[in-house]
Amino acid sequence: MKPTPTTCSPKIHQPQTTSTRTVSRGRTQSEIEEEWLARSAGIQVERLFKDEATEEKGERARMASFVGAMAIADLVKTTLGPKGMDKILQSTGRGHSVTVTNDGATILKSLHIDNPAAKVLIDISKVQDDEVGDGTTSVVVLAGELLREAEKLVATKIHPMTIISGYRMAADCARSALLERVMDNKEDAEKFRSDLMKIAMTTLSSKILSQDKEHFATLAVDAVMRLKVSSSLYFGSTNLESIQIIKKAGGSLKDSFLDEGFILDKKIGLGQPKRIENANILVANTAMDTDKVKIYGARVRVDSMAKVAQIEGAEKEKMREKVQKIIGHGINCFVNRQLIYNFPEELFADAGILAIEHADFDGIERLALVTGGEIASTFDNPESVKLGHCKLIEEIMIGEDKLIHFSGVEMGQACTIVLRGASFHVLDEAERSLHDALCVLSQTVNDSRVLLGGGWPEMVMAKAVDELARKTPGKKSHAIDAFSRALLAIPTTIADNAGLDSAELIAQLRAEHHKENSNAGIDVITGSVGDMGELGISEAFKVKQAVLLSATEAAEMILRVDEIITCAPRRREDRM
Amino acid sequence: MALAFDEYGRPFIILREQESKSRLRGLDAQKANISAGVAVARILRTSLGPKGMDKMLQSPDGDITITNDGATILEQMDVDNQIGKLMVELSRSQDYEIGDGTTGVVVMAGALLEQAERLLERGIHPIRVAEGYEIASKIAVDHLQQISHKFEFSATHIEPLVKTCMTTLSSKIVNRCKRTLAEIAVKAVMAVADLERKDVNLDLIKVEGKVGGKLEDTELIYGILVDKDMSHPQMPKQIEDAKIAILTCPFEPPKPKTKHKVDIDTVEKFQTLRQQEQKYFDDMVQQCKDVGATLVICQWGFDDEANHLLMHRNLPAVRWVGGVELELIAIATGGRIVPRFQELTPEKLGKAGLVREKAFGTTKDRMLYIEHCANSRAVTVFIRGGNKMMIEETKRSIHDALCVARNLIRNNSIVYGGGAAEISCSIAVEAAADKYPGVEQYAVRAFADALDSVPMALAENSGLQPIETLSAVKSQQIKDNNPCCGIDCNDAGTNDMREQNVFETLIGKQQQLLLATQVVKMILKIDDVISPTEY
Repeated sequence: MKPTPTTCSPKIHQPQTTSTRTVSRGRTQSEIEEEWLARSAGIQVERLFKDEATEEKGERARMASFVGAMAIADLVKTTLGPKGMDKILQSTGRGHSVTVTNDGATILKSLHIDNPAAKVLIDISKVQDDEVGDGTTSVVVLAGELLREAEKLVATKIHPMTIISGYRMAADCARSALLERVMDNKEDAEKFRSDLMKIAMTTLSSKILSQDKEHFATLAVDAVMRLKVSSSLYFGSTNLESIQIIKKAGGSLKDSFLDEGFILDKKIGLGQPKRIENANILVANTAMDTDKVKIYGARVRVDSMAKVAQIEGAEKEKMREKVQKIIGHGINCFVNRQLIYNFPEELFADAGILAIEHADFDGIERLALVTGGEIASTFDNPESVKLGHCKLIEEIMIGEDKLIHFSGVEMGQACTIVLRGASFHVLDEAERSLHDALCVLSQTVNDSRVLLGGGWPEMVMAKAVDELARKTPGKKSHAIDAFSRALLAIPTTIADNAGLDSAELIAQLRAEHHKENSNAGIDVITGSVGDMGELGISEAFKVKQAVLLSATEAAEMILRVDEIITCAPRRREDRM
Repeated sequence: MALAFDEYGRPFIILREQESKSRLRGLDAQKANISAGVAVARILRTSLGPKGMDKMLQSPDGDITITNDGATILEQMDVDNQIGKLMVELSRSQDYEIGDGTTGVVVMAGALLEQAERLLERGIHPIRVAEGYEIASKIAVDHLQQISHKFEFSATHIEPLVKTCMTTLSSKIVNRCKRTLAEIAVKAVMAVADLERKDVNLDLIKVEGKVGGKLEDTELIYGILVDKDMSHPQMPKQIEDAKIAILTCPFEPPKPKTKHKVDIDTVEKFQTLRQQEQKYFDDMVQQCKDVGATLVICQWGFDDEANHLLMHRNLPAVRWVGGVELELIAIATGGRIVPRFQELTPEKLGKAGLVREKAFGTTKDRMLYIEHCANSRAVTVFIRGGNKMMIEETKRSIHDALCVARNLIRNNSIVYGGGAAEISCSIAVEAAADKYPGVEQYAVRAFADALDSVPMALAENSGLQPIETLSAVKSQQIKDNNPCCGIDCNDAGTNDMREQNVFETLIGKQQQLLLATQVVKMILKIDDVISPTEY
C-alpha cells in the first residue's frame, strides 16, 4: 500500500508548555548565553543563521524532542493490544481516500510530522515493519515510555549520558532475561506447529481479523509451513513472494480461503479453452501487439498505397511467424506480460491455446517461479526453453469475478490466500494484518525461539532489570529503575486499552512474577491475571528482541541531543 | 568617507550605493567577527569528547540528521554569517586533511578568539596579537613533536591501531560496539594499505549501509557490495569462480551517434532489417559467451529480448550498475571496463571467487556480494542499524576511524588524548612566553590559556568540575613531568592516558593547532565588513 498523506495528523509543533516550564525554573540557558554575548562583545551577533532557521539549545531542545516523541507514542498507544482501537486516516490527496487501521507502522507512515524527534520514532517503527513485520506499535510505545521516564530523571538533574549508560545496561540485562526463558520447539514438529498457531493467533488477535483468528491463523500457518517444507530447495525461506494474497470484496471474512495453487486475476481470451489439463505453460515478456523493428532510426517510408499494404502484410507475416514459433514450443497455455492484440489472440485460439495477456510483472514472476518455467522473450530455439507445467488450469468464479486458477503446480510451496470481506477497507486492513502474521511466522520459522505473550515478557524483563537496579551502585541505578518502569508501561497500556483496572492488575502480576518461573500475564478476555502458557498466547522472540533493542536505541539517540538546529524550510512553488 | 576627490577636485564614488550597505569598521568589526566565531564554537563545544552531546539538525526538506561530528554539524547548519562560514570552512579542511578532530579545531579557534578579544580591549593591535599567536603555535607544534611517541605496529600486530580507533569512536553514538567497529576499520585499512610506501587509498574502501538488523551485524566484506540484483529473476543467485565482463554498453539495439535514418520502403528491406536485429542481440550475447565470461556487469539497461537471451544462454547479468561501483569492481576483480562488445577479450575479464545475491528482511531487498576477488585490495564496510540516521552516523564514525588508521600508517607518531597534549603544550607555551620581550608576550600567554579550554570543555562535558580538574591535572603534569596526564572522561580512575589507551595522531593534533591559528589570524586581520543590507 502506498503511504497516503492524511489530514487527521495533529501537527506537532514546538509545544507551548516548554517555555512556561523553563521560565518557571528561571532563565533558560540560551537566554543567559545571549546576555553574556551581548555583554562581553558589546555588539550582539546579528544573525548567525539564515532567516527562518531556528536553533534550540539545552533544556529547551531536550524538552522539545521529549514532548514530540511522547506525543507520537500517545497517539498510537490506544491501538496496542487485543482491545486496541483503530484509527481512521484520511488522505489529503485526490478523493480523500480513507484507511482504517490499527497497524502502528501504517498509521505513523501517513502522518505529517514537524517534530524532529517524532520522526526518529516513525523511522524505527518503519524499520520494525520491514525487518520483523510486527510489533510496530510496541516499539514506539516503549521508546516513548523510556523518554517519559528519562524526562523525569533529567528533571532531577541526572545527566543524559548517565541515563543512557543505565538504559544500555538495562537493555542488555532484559535481553538476557528473555533468553533464559525462551522456549524452542524446533525439534518437535507438532509442538512447533502449535507454537506457530499460537503466535499467529496472538498477532491476529489485536487486528480486525480477531473474530476469525483461528481461521486465519490456520491459513497463515499452512501457508508458511508450505514454504518451510520446500525451503531447503529454495534458499531464503523468508521469501513470502510465493504466498499471494488476492482481495475480493463480497462475502464475509470467514469465506476467505487458502488455495493450493496459483490464482491469476485475469481473463481468458475469447474462444479459447476454459479448462486445460496437464498444461505446458510458456511465460513470456514480449510485444504481441506490433513487433516493432528496434534498430534506432528505422522508419517506414513508402511512395504508394500498394507498398503500404505489402509492408503491412510483411508485418502480419512476422507476427504470424512469431506465433507459430511460440506454438512450436508444444504449449497449450501462453501467458504474456504485455498486451496481446486481437490478431495473435485469434491465432492462438485457432491453435487451441489458452492465451493470457497483460499479466502484471509480479504475477509473471510468481507464475514463472511456481510453475518452474522461465520468462522468455525470444522464441528461436524451442528445445532449450524451460516450460512451466501444471496439472490443471481452469477458470473459476469468486464472487462475481472470473479468475484463472492454476493447480497442481510444480513448486509445492506456492499458494494463494483469497480474502473476502464486506468492504475494501476491511479487506485492506485484513491484508495488512495477515501480512503481519505471515512475516512474524516466517521469521519464527527461521528463529524458532518463542516467548509467552500478554505482557509476560515485559514482566520478566522488568523483574530482571529491577534486580539489576538494586545491585548497581551510583546514579545509573535510577536509570535502570526507570527502564523497568517503562517496560511495565506496555502491560499497563494493554490493560488500560481493554478498560481494565491496570494498577490492580499490574500489582497482581508483579506479585505473581515474584515467584520463580511464573507464566502469569494479562488475560484481557476475563480481565484477570492468567497463565499465558495455558491460554496459548505466544510471541516470537525475535519480535520482542527487536522491539527492545530498537526502542532503546531510539531513546538513546534522542537523549543524546542537546541542540536542535532547524534549517529554513525549502520554499515550494505550491503547497497543497 | 566613501567619497574621494580626484586631482581636479571632482568627487567620485568608491563604494556604490553606500546607504544600502551596512558597514562595520575598526574595533567594532573585529568584535563583531569575534563574537560570531565564538558563537559557532559555542555550539560545538558541548559535542566534544566521549561524553559530548549530539545535535539534531533538520534540513530544508525536513530530513533529520543526528550527529556529533563537528564537520557535519557545521556543514548542515545553514550558517549565514560570513565569519561563521569561515569556521565552517575550517572544520571542513580539517575533515579533508585529517578526517578527525573536526570539533576540536573549532573549539580551539573559538577559544583563541575569546582570548584575542580581551587583548584587543587592552588596546593591543590585532596584528601583534596575530603574530603572537603565530609564535605560540610554532612553540606548541614543536612541543607536540617532542612529546610524541613512536607507535609500533605491523600487519600482524594491529592491536595498537585498534585502540586508537576506539578513542575516536568513543565520542560517537556507536560507542556501544566500538571494539567491533574499530577492528573493522583497522582491518579495512590494513587490507588496502601499502605499508612500503606508507600510503592508503581510502577510495578502495567503500562504506555501504542498509537499514535493518543491528549495529552488531555490521561486517567487513573482502570484496564489493553492489545494491543491485540479477537482471532476470531466474538467473542463478550464486556463481563460483566468476569471470566477469564489465561493460559500459547497453544490451540494446545500436544507436549510432550521428544522425541517420533507415528508410524501409520494400518488404525485403523490412525482413532483412528484422533478421539483422535478431542477429545483433544474438551476437552481443555470443561475444560475451565466447570470451568465457560467466557474469556480465553492465552500466546500462537490457532490452527484454537480450535479457532473455542472456538468461537462456545461462549468462547471469546485472544491469544499471553505477559508474563508481563499476570502477571499484574493475579494480577489485582486476578486469577492464569494456566500452564495446567487439573489444571483449578473455584478458579483460575480471575474476572473483564468489558472487552471490543476498536477501534482507521481509521486504524484497537484495544485494550482490562480489567476494574473493583477484585483487583483494578493495573492501567494503557494510553497516546495519536500526534506522537511517543511525546508519548515517555510523558511516561518519567509520569514516573518522578509517582516517585515523590511515594517518597512523602514514606517520606513526602519536600524542596522548583526553586533553593531555593540550595541557602539556599550554605549559610549554606559558613557560616560553616570558622570553619574548614585546607585546607578543601577552598574545603568547593568551594562546596558552586558549589551549586550556579544550581540556576544560572535555571536563565540563563529562560532568567534572572544569577548573578544579584542569588545575589538578596541570600540576600533576608539571610535578611528574609526565605529558600523558589528561582528563579522566570515562571515570576510569586514572589520569594517565597511557593506561587508558587514549591516543591521537600527532599530525592530527598539529594540524588542529595550525589551522585554528591561521583562521584566527585571518579573522583578526579584518577591520572592515561591508555587506549589503537586506530588505
